[in-house]
Amino acid sequence: MEVYLDIVASGVLTGLVYGLMALGLSVIFGVVRVVNFAHGELTVAAMYMAWVMAGSLGADPLLTLPVIAAALFAVGYLLQRHLVERFIGRPEHEQFMLLLAVSIIILNGLLLVYGPDARHVQVEYAYDSFELGPMLLDTVRVYAAGAAVALALGLYLFFRFTDLGTAIRACADNLLGAQVVGLDVRRLYALTFGIGCAVVGASGTLMVLMRDATPQLAVQLTLLAFIVVIIGGLGSMAGALVGGVLIGVSEALAGFLLTPSLKSLFSYGLLILVLLLRPEGLMGKRT
Amino acid sequence: MTDRLRPSRRTLIQGAAAAGLAAALPLRARAQAPALKIGVILPRSGYLAPAGQSCQRGVDIAPQVLSDLGHRVEVVSVDFESNVDLARTQAEKLIADGAQVLVGAFDSGGTSAIAQVCEQKAVPLVINVAAAPQITEQGFKYVFRNFPTSVMLVRNGLALMKEMFKATNVTPKSGIFIHANDTFGQANRQAIDRLFPTLDMPFKLTDAIAYDPRAQDLSVEVAKCKASGADFVIVTTRAGDAIRLIREMVKQRYEPKGIVSPGSPGMYDQEFYDGLGGYSDYTITNLPWPNFNAPITKRLGDAFAKRFPQNRFGVDAFNVGFTFEAMLVAADASKRAGSRDPRAIAEALRSTDIADHVMTGGTISFDAKGQNNNIGSATVQNLKKTPTVVLPREAATAKPVFPMPGWRGRQA
Amino acid sequence: MKARALLGVLFALLLIAPAAIGAYPLAVLILILHYAYLGIAWNVMMGFAGILSLGHALYVGLGAYVAAALYASFGLPALLGAVPAAVVATLAGLGIGALGFRFRVNGVYFALLTIAFAEFTRILFDHMGWTGGSSGFFLPVEHGHTNLIALRGPPILFYYVALGMTAAAFVASHALMRTRLGYAWLAIREDADSAAASGVDVFRARMAAVAVSSALTSLGGVFYAFYYNNMYPEQIFSMARSIEIILAPIIGGLGTLFGPVLGSFVLTLLGEGTTSLLEHFGLAAPGAKQVIYGLALLVIVMVRPAGLWPWLARRLGVGRDG
Repeated sequence: MEVYLDIVASGVLTGLVYGLMALGLSVIFGVVRVVNFAHGELTVAAMYMAWVMAGSLGADPLLTLPVIAAALFAVGYLLQRHLVERFIGRPEHEQFMLLLAVSIIILNGLLLVYGPDARHVQVEYAYDSFELGPMLLDTVRVYAAGAAVALALGLYLFFRFTDLGTAIRACADNLLGAQVVGLDVRRLYALTFGIGCAVVGASGTLMVLMRDATPQLAVQLTLLAFIVVIIGGLGSMAGALVGGVLIGVSEALAGFLLTPSLKSLFSYGLLILVLLLRPEGLMGKRT
Repeated sequence: MTDRLRPSRRTLIQGAAAAGLAAALPLRARAQAPALKIGVILPRSGYLAPAGQSCQRGVDIAPQVLSDLGHRVEVVSVDFESNVDLARTQAEKLIADGAQVLVGAFDSGGTSAIAQVCEQKAVPLVINVAAAPQITEQGFKYVFRNFPTSVMLVRNGLALMKEMFKATNVTPKSGIFIHANDTFGQANRQAIDRLFPTLDMPFKLTDAIAYDPRAQDLSVEVAKCKASGADFVIVTTRAGDAIRLIREMVKQRYEPKGIVSPGSPGMYDQEFYDGLGGYSDYTITNLPWPNFNAPITKRLGDAFAKRFPQNRFGVDAFNVGFTFEAMLVAADASKRAGSRDPRAIAEALRSTDIADHVMTGGTISFDAKGQNNNIGSATVQNLKKTPTVVLPREAATAKPVFPMPGWRGRQA
Repeated sequence: MKARALLGVLFALLLIAPAAIGAYPLAVLILILHYAYLGIAWNVMMGFAGILSLGHALYVGLGAYVAAALYASFGLPALLGAVPAAVVATLAGLGIGALGFRFRVNGVYFALLTIAFAEFTRILFDHMGWTGGSSGFFLPVEHGHTNLIALRGPPILFYYVALGMTAAAFVASHALMRTRLGYAWLAIREDADSAAASGVDVFRARMAAVAVSSALTSLGGVFYAFYYNNMYPEQIFSMARSIEIILAPIIGGLGTLFGPVLGSFVLTLLGEGTTSLLEHFGLAAPGAKQVIYGLALLVIVMVRPAGLWPWLARRLGVGRDG
């Protein structure tokens, strides 16, 4: 029985980390309605930033997190302003091609500059764990899970209670109405893309504590983030966490009871079910 | 960049050699036959990039070392981007550009694609690394593999485990096999399923766990190992997943007596040592390894140190060794044939018999299917973040540490 | 008329090309034609009927595995094995289509559904022992005989098979566009609701598009299996392959007949050309080619978001569908 407790606890923690990875994607799609196919590549770029800073400054990624988030905000803002903006409202396959091109450039740029080997940031608490009764909880994953919850909560409060957040939500809910009342939609979209990328930056920085950075990691991150966000509901912060936890726990149980190599089969099965039965996602709004 | 520097530098060195040695060795310098053109195909980008680039370092130092051994070769290297479609067109390109023998391609998928082309064009392919048994069973006549099949790897790997138990007087009670569910992992699984019962192993294998090498998280996999109560873990990893696996074992305080791989990549890569620090120590890989007592290995190591001061030969040794040997095999065949004609080289390859070579094991020779069956394995244990041969005794530079010390008190 | 003349010249050139070029250009041409063919097949679904699939590797893989397994176990020649291969792939396509359309999964969501099914199948094949699982499936290599029916022979055989397939798919999709079904697809692509209002059976028309597209794609898979003689689930069902399939028709011009062919030529030559250029200038560091390739894609999609063919066709003074 104890082992099940362990498995479920680790599934929840992993799931919250999945949620963390997916939050940025959810923010961007929820508002700008553009599927960011370069999501994983941006995350990995943030991981490399954290690695470079840890190497040159000896800085703990938890300290450089705000800097990297700010840098990614700028990247996102500029990306939206100069590339994505003119593809708003265009057919999905064109947006897809655009971001695919961006992702190819980032991924191989990283390979070109840093080579293919895994890059690792060493922190003192990397191997620590909390003992909770009979359970062992991995310290780093607890931090990341906590950060995921905090970030999701922060984003929720931002979108709910600030003027800027409300204005952004207005664009998401009713674009025409937002334009009518005189909101600068282009600026708001750019800010949203920036905020989404800042979240990507934060999650990438935390990710580097758990996973070594390699260029190839990006591809898997994009796909995983999609699954999480679709299941949870695009644009919903809580949904990303719920989707993540659902996948984390089902993967953990499937891995434990059946074969671990089959566990992503369950994520895709879950994704198919959600797409068919509740395409807006578990926590998404019905449109 | 290196591609540009290489030819010019080589010309420079050759020029210097010709000028400087002209007086001392007039005959040899003048009597140079045209160089053998070797086409090398490796996955230097894409998901196999780390291994592909490691192999490439062997390619980069080979011309100089081979020239010291009296072989003149010209190398053209291409990257197939871990993409089988490209492996095929790039092989065609190399042959069209006049490559007389091909060497590659680290991965079984890419290697089979190249083999098709070589077979069509009657140009020999000397495989550096690729373990899928089927490659030498498909009926190719121009394919030569100086690398063990996964069955051979596992057979040697299991035998060395028994030897280690004997040498240390410690035998585990029960083992668990955990492997990446990819081409190589599944081939190993099949080999273990087949061989384990026949080899009279002193412990029982309780379970075999397949995992997705791309999985973000291996905590469940390790929890499953821990729950099985096994005190000995056999692993087949792909590359970076080895780091995640060990890290997770440390975190979950799972302390088996030993962690041994029957020849997979992962636990002797530089990134493994960088990523795990002290936790990388005492893990073991049973695989073919260079014989550091052989003069040719020394030569290769010196050339490597000079060319790649940032890398460690002791770490790249497996990839570099096999890649160099493949080129040596090709050059040797051409020399014996007295020809650079691909068909003549292929004929000569069939009667290859090289005693002085880099990797441990008997002479290099190929059976009717083009397979070298004389490749040995060594037990390579990570000691002080360095892969160290601990068995067999005649090649060992240290004693095996088994059971391995616990995780506690080590430092990343 | 001008368009037909140009097409005729191109086809004639491709027919005699093997006599004039070496083995390497021939291999590149085979790859170009293979992806042109797959692009045409994908274009039926997306370009004509407006259904975005990002999981076409599924049909390539199913076609390849079915035909290869039948050949390996029963000696069934490729041309006969292609029939069950297409049937299996079509059934899979129809199943996905039926689910998606019945449950009103549209646009990006449908695309994600196709990815999910392709990945799902990849993992299944990774675990399927009798087709070799993740250690792959291999066909025996035979020596010295050419057999068109069994698709065994030298590259030139595969070249003409690829050329024939591409030409046939081109002609077939040209013909399809001029049927009632073709017009129904266009109506649905522009506006599904008004198409339904004007009496088009949207569900059936969409299902027909999926059936045609998946069947054609699976034949490409059969070609793949016998050309490469080995397949791994990780590669044949991969997301990367699905993406590669859709690049040519999008870059060439979605919904046009000639777009996929043009796109395949441009992209493959861009890739090979960049590699050669970088090698020539000694700059062939791993990743450099792909960065340039990505930049080129970016430029094309920024400057010609509707693809290269509509623009080129205007310059040549031929109809956009040419």
